Amino acid sequence: MKQAAIKVDAPIAISRRHFLKTGSGVLVGTLAAGSGVLAALAPSRSWALTLSALNETEGGKLLKVTRGIFPHDTLDDAVYALVVKDLDAAAAKDASVATLLRDGFKQLDKLASGDWASLDYLARENIVIKMAGTDFFEKIRGTSVVSLYNNEMAWAHFGYEGASYEMGGYFDRGFQDLDWLPDPDAAASPAKA
Amino acid sequence: MAKIALDDDTAVVVIGSGAGGGTLSNELCQKGVKVVLLEAGNRESAESFQNDEWGSFGQISWLDKRTTSGSWRVSRDFSGLPAWICKTVGGSTTHWAGASLRIQEHEFKARTNYGDVAGVNLLDWPLTLKDLEPYYARAESKMGVTRTNGIPGLPGNNNFKVMYAGAKKLGYKDCHTGRMAINSRERDGRPHCRQLGFCFQGCKMDAKWSTMNAEIPKAEKTGNLDLRPGAQVLKIEHDKSGKVNAVVYVDSDGKKQRQKARVVCVAGNSIESPRLLLNSESSMYPDGLANSSGQVGRNYMRHMTGSVYATFDEPVHMWRGTTMAGIITDEARHDPSRGFVGGYEIETLSIGLPFMAAFLDPGGWGRDFCRAMDNYAYMAGMWLVGEDMPQENNRITVHATEKDQHGMPVPNVHFDDHPNDIAMREHAFGQGRAIYEAAGANHVYPVPPYPSTHNLGTCRMSAKAKDGVVNKNGQAHDISNLFISDGSQFTTGAAENPTLTIVTLAIRQADYIAEQMSAKAI
Repeated sequence: MKQAAIKVDAPIAISRRHFLKTGSGVLVGTLAAGSGVLAALAPSRSWALTLSALNETEGGKLLKVTRGIFPHDTLDDAVYALVVKDLDAAAAKDASVATLLRDGFKQLDKLASGDWASLDYLARENIVIKMAGTDFFEKIRGTSVVSLYNNEMAWAHFGYEGASYEMGGYFDRGFQDLDWLPDPDAAASPAKA
Repeated sequence: MAKIALDDDTAVVVIGSGAGGGTLSNELCQKGVKVVLLEAGNRESAESFQNDEWGSFGQISWLDKRTTSGSWRVSRDFSGLPAWICKTVGGSTTHWAGASLRIQEHEFKARTNYGDVAGVNLLDWPLTLKDLEPYYARAESKMGVTRTNGIPGLPGNNNFKVMYAGAKKLGYKDCHTGRMAINSRERDGRPHCRQLGFCFQGCKMDAKWSTMNAEIPKAEKTGNLDLRPGAQVLKIEHDKSGKVNAVVYVDSDGKKQRQKARVVCVAGNSIESPRLLLNSESSMYPDGLANSSGQVGRNYMRHMTGSVYATFDEPVHMWRGTTMAGIITDEARHDPSRGFVGGYEIETLSIGLPFMAAFLDPGGWGRDFCRAMDNYAYMAGMWLVGEDMPQENNRITVHATEKDQHGMPVPNVHFDDHPNDIAMREHAFGQGRAIYEAAGANHVYPVPPYPSTHNLGTCRMSAKAKDGVVNKNGQAHDISNLFISDGSQFTTGAAENPTLTIVTLAIRQADYIAEQMSAKAI
């Protein structure tokens, strides 16, 4: 499999936990200027994903398809790259997955009457939507539901705080800090121990 | 811990270590009865539990193959995962949220009070609330249920504040932080809750009662318990007279074993318990054990459920603190003027970002889905849980061709929603929406049922042998030394979260078994 590094459209970041080392076949990016919350997690503003089954063009396309299915406008490509990582691993393990993805890319070009990947963001998304229900679409959607949202970068982006035990829970860290509604009476919600 | 020999035929063998089996085992051990407790899962602990939704899901869930059928949406959304229950020491008490509510008096007499509902196999329980009150009291004390025994309620979290504000605006009268088997103060050697927000993942504080952290350690101290984790039971055997006398299981090393038994108590949850009885067919019992009524596996109930999440202009951070942080009980009454029989509870619920992606709109994607996820930090949530109707054809069967890793037929879970269930869910979705809109929601998301956590009714109690599988003591009508000790016994589902009642029945059953054993009746 011929693989080479490519640039992707939108720059991105990778957390320490998910930092993906560069290799011969890589998908790379740079952290977006506005990604302060992710920058705090990342060891560097650059990230790279080593691919094993897909080439960099295919990796880039897959990232764009994933953005079309789950269009979080301000979520960095670095997070979408984790979906690419998992699908690339699945394709490496099972050739039928690689075929499914490649056939899907061809179908996208057909629907675009040309190079789907070269269209603008919304035009790409509108074509991806037409693939809903296909095995190609479902494979990417089903993988994304876990891969896109079950990582520390996504948690930082969406504001979810994750594990709390090591920090003593939320007992002294805001479990009842909501102040835009009246507090319940003490009989309904007794004071904490 | 006791070491009970495989050929020792004097012990009680309990299958399953959850709310029913774990409690029953401890109660029997306290009375000096020797117990072999067979648990299919591994032993975890507060130390090994994970504050990580998918990680924990892989650690403690029952993920063995199951199939589904029927019109329920779970069959479409989660076709291989009909139930979200556990395979670990402590069973689903590791995963439960802690809500501990007594079944109401009228719910024990569902047939009498609800009348003849079309297509429904309703029956009154052979027990009344009055019969169970002393045992409920013992269960609440054992479990340290808040708002009982002088134990203060838990402090409400942000998610509760939102529900409470909406409830008050709507005029609901009974809204508070619930009766929870979670320590609001240090009690029974376990610390108070520190609002970790991972009740479903096994409490890392041990503040939440489970059979893993309370009943089983106490039973072990008596010297009467032989707990065997990793023991998957395949079959219950019987003698020529028809009495059960042994249990065949695969041990943690994968070796087949045969444990002799004086009494067998089945507490594998409402899917595995009937599956085991059906898989234990013999020439004497060609339709499976204890199945002369044909009711084994039937009348499967899973509660009417649904969730409502809503987003607000200001942050909520609902994941901070207890998963089930409060309740509104006003809709739990029986009031047919609402268009359905029975009632439902409204309870706050929070799931983390990873599970929200999976459960908000199973199969969902696109801009609407993303908008909801984008507002996760601004979201409040509730679970709606109510009485569903027992229907004969909602049932657990054993699959004709599919086998598990041990070569045993897998269970199929068939469920069709009854019109009463659908009417109740619609009503509950409407009230959930109204609550959140009253609190200022900018968008409301009704969410379809998760895989079943409240699995009930498949070996039900009945006064007459022809109507059910066990009597009011959980004793099989057909076989006097065979007991059902989990939620399978429930004659009807009632609106309440079932764990407190399962524990209550186990305490009562232990008294009965010990008495019958000393009288040499079994």
